[in-house]
Amino acid sequence: MSTVIRIQREDFDPQAEADALTKGRHDVGALTTFTGFCRHEEGALSALELEHYPGMAEKELQRIVDDARARWPVQGITVLHRYGKIMPGERIVFVAVSGGHRGEVFAACEFIMDFLKTSAPFWKREHKVDGSHGEWVDAKDADDQARERWK
Amino acid sequence: MKAVYFAWVRERVGKPEEIITPPASVITVADLIGWLKGQGEEYAYAFENGHVIRVAIDQTHVKHDAPIAGAREIAFFPPMTGG
Repeated sequence: MSTVIRIQREDFDPQAEADALTKGRHDVGALTTFTGFCRHEEGALSALELEHYPGMAEKELQRIVDDARARWPVQGITVLHRYGKIMPGERIVFVAVSGGHRGEVFAACEFIMDFLKTSAPFWKREHKVDGSHGEWVDAKDADDQARERWK
Repeated sequence: MKAVYFAWVRERVGKPEEIITPPASVITVADLIGWLKGQGEEYAYAFENGHVIRVAIDQTHVKHDAPIAGAREIAFFPPMTGG
């Protein structure tokens, strides 16, 4: 089944990406999508800057998708992640999974996001509204815990 | 081997990548971090909390006890914060 993994600076169209997984198909019973956005953090944040490790980021996303496919009988999987400067309200990440039934597509989508957050080589830095040079975002324990539940 | 640095590790070291030639006594990733720490103030700062640094050898995550023999590219970076 088709896998699409793209790491890109430009925005993407979630509806077009979702449609690509279902168009002309009669075997898809379920499609789930997740879109992650840049929050403004109570107005303090003017932008996020996303850095990634080119080459490894693609490889790691592919490995996560392969792990998801080994666990659930899903059909199409699309994972998109942006890099560069991203403003509040803009999209950062997108995961879509299609399959026969809702159970496996919900699970695979969450699994992919949980591992993406903790093992795909991306880093966020904050730019503040007051113009100050922002800090690199700290990794959250909650994200590690979210991943642990899949063991 | 080529060393590559990302995010605040890159900023503290002051360069995105370089060729490094550690001595033969450097066997594991932990040894390499220890050796890098001694290569100057900027390295001492970047690796001051060496245990939090994540490492990839040839673009695959490894633990600090992994051997570095045969590595072409070794990457050092903070815990990941994508998504």
